[in-house]
Amino acid sequence: MVPLSYYLALSGFLFACGVTGFLIKRNIITIFMSIELMLNGVNLSFVAFAAQWHALSGQVFVFFVMVVAAAEAAVGLAIIIAVFRTRETLNVDRVNLLKL
Amino acid sequence: MLHLSIFLFFGAICAAGAVNLLVQRHPINSALSLIAVMVSLAVEYLLLGAEFVAAVQVIIYAGAIMVLFVFVIMLLNAGVEERIEGSRVAMILGIPGMLVGSALVAWVLLERSGTSSVAVGSLPGYPKEIAGLLFHDFLLPFEVTSVLVLIAIMGAVVLASHPDSETQQKKES
Amino acid sequence: MYALISLVKIVIALVLLLTAVAYSVWLERKVVGHIQNRWGPTRVGPFGLLQPLADGAKFLFKEDLTPPYVYKPLYIAAPMISVIFALTSIAVIPIGNSITVGGIRTPLQIADVNIGLLIVLGITSMGVYGIALAGWSSNSKYSLLGSLRASAQMVSYEIALGLSLIGVLIMSGSFSLREIVDAQGGTFWGFIPRWNIFQGQFVAFFIYLMAAFAETNRIPFDLPEAETELVAGYHTEYSAMKFAMFFMAEYANMITVACLASLLFLGGWHGPLFGPAWLQELLPIAWFALRIFGFLFLYIWIRGTLPRFRYDQLMSFGWKFLFPLAIANLVITALIVALKA
Repeated sequence: MVPLSYYLALSGFLFACGVTGFLIKRNIITIFMSIELMLNGVNLSFVAFAAQWHALSGQVFVFFVMVVAAAEAAVGLAIIIAVFRTRETLNVDRVNLLKL
Repeated sequence: MLHLSIFLFFGAICAAGAVNLLVQRHPINSALSLIAVMVSLAVEYLLLGAEFVAAVQVIIYAGAIMVLFVFVIMLLNAGVEERIEGSRVAMILGIPGMLVGSALVAWVLLERSGTSSVAVGSLPGYPKEIAGLLFHDFLLPFEVTSVLVLIAIMGAVVLASHPDSETQQKKES
Repeated sequence: MYALISLVKIVIALVLLLTAVAYSVWLERKVVGHIQNRWGPTRVGPFGLLQPLADGAKFLFKEDLTPPYVYKPLYIAAPMISVIFALTSIAVIPIGNSITVGGIRTPLQIADVNIGLLIVLGITSMGVYGIALAGWSSNSKYSLLGSLRASAQMVSYEIALGLSLIGVLIMSGSFSLREIVDAQGGTFWGFIPRWNIFQGQFVAFFIYLMAAFAETNRIPFDLPEAETELVAGYHTEYSAMKFAMFFMAEYANMITVACLASLLFLGGWHGPLFGPAWLQELLPIAWFALRIFGFLFLYIWIRGTLPRFRYDQLMSFGWKFLFPLAIANLVITALIVALKA
């Protein structure tokens, strides 16, 4: 038996790491990976709560999150490639043409 | 006891991978630690009884999405992350923000979560039951996400195709 | 007791798999030799049967070279990743029904899990990292090109592979490899076996076959290691045991794919049973081994016959032909199953 709060703590930790990565990382690909990390943390809490309330719909939700993550990764990486083609950099600080 | 030790072992891998993603400067190392996080999360799902979710986690997340990331990292030859002036602002704002956020999450967890615990496989997510839900109760969201995926595919193709090659094709035709 | 039985099964399965890997290399050299009007290996042992041992010894004693400018942690990890994932998937593959040894009846499978097929797919989809990282960490343009090709190709063909399996899944209604095989027992009109390939899944079998060739990087889809353009592709910079690991991974993957093909489409271990009781216990294993041998032979035969595709041909074949075909097969199978029900 594992207390449910352990699962939630792990999920919260993953989510916090994702947020931190999103904020402090400068490489656009790593920023994207931080978003995936956040989604993973959320998925864990979905599955944990599904076990807690004996409702399978929590697990079904994970599939929707995964589909959205896959769609987001495909479009996002395409955008990254397009950005790299025009700016020749992956650093988000150097993609600043719209800034004064 | 065994359950707890397996949970702690893979949870530790998860946490270490997540921290390593932040510490590493090279994107490919970050990607690999994210893969480690995803695979050990799949084991956690198995512990919770969600076997189908675990398999799909490995196949889709670790086996397809992350391959795409690694592929793009290799394709663009992404090097070590460089840091310039703006990065320091991000560090100054980001780390306290993360601390506040995690403190908030910890507070909510400690305050609100009861003493309930889950046993191994307490809710077995067999493919049949999940399919029943997915194709019956959640049919509309399922169809909507399929449209979403279709749009994403088209968007990815349009965005990633080289602008020069399109004009060349027009000239040729 | 359970742990002991599992341990014994793991050891037996590993020994069997590694022997099969070694001898499929021998088989390949022999068959390709005969196709090209040569003899193949003949010197070591009768019919060159000890050649795999000699090869292994040679790989062990070669200098283990690490080129400068490689990214060392990943350069060392990549072959290990490849071989680990290639060997792991045997864990859920049944090689026969159950067997009684010394009063204990046990299934011929390390772990009988509900989602066996998904686990095999997941493990093989992780195998691509070995190849991708090998190419990237070698810091050589040939390796990088090879691994870029490999990852694009494996991701693309995995879709066709997965879709071709769904038809079979619809017909058997289970992810468990054992149940899929059990659903294929018996015959139509007393002589045609009820294998999935004879139940209308021959299109799926064709798609599976093509996608499997691409997944295992074999001719005619061996673009990742096309030696005429890329020296040796992703393992250009590897030598000695590290190279041998890639080699083992490739052949172990071939065997896994052959096992899956026979389990899903060719009726697994079903076949005529006769003779005394002990023979009836062992015959299913023999029938299964025969199917795998046939599949490996087909692999080698095609390698000896067909030239390599061009890369754009490979991609358009996968996306514009196999993928729509797989979807059409899926829709038609689903319709037929729905109408029958």
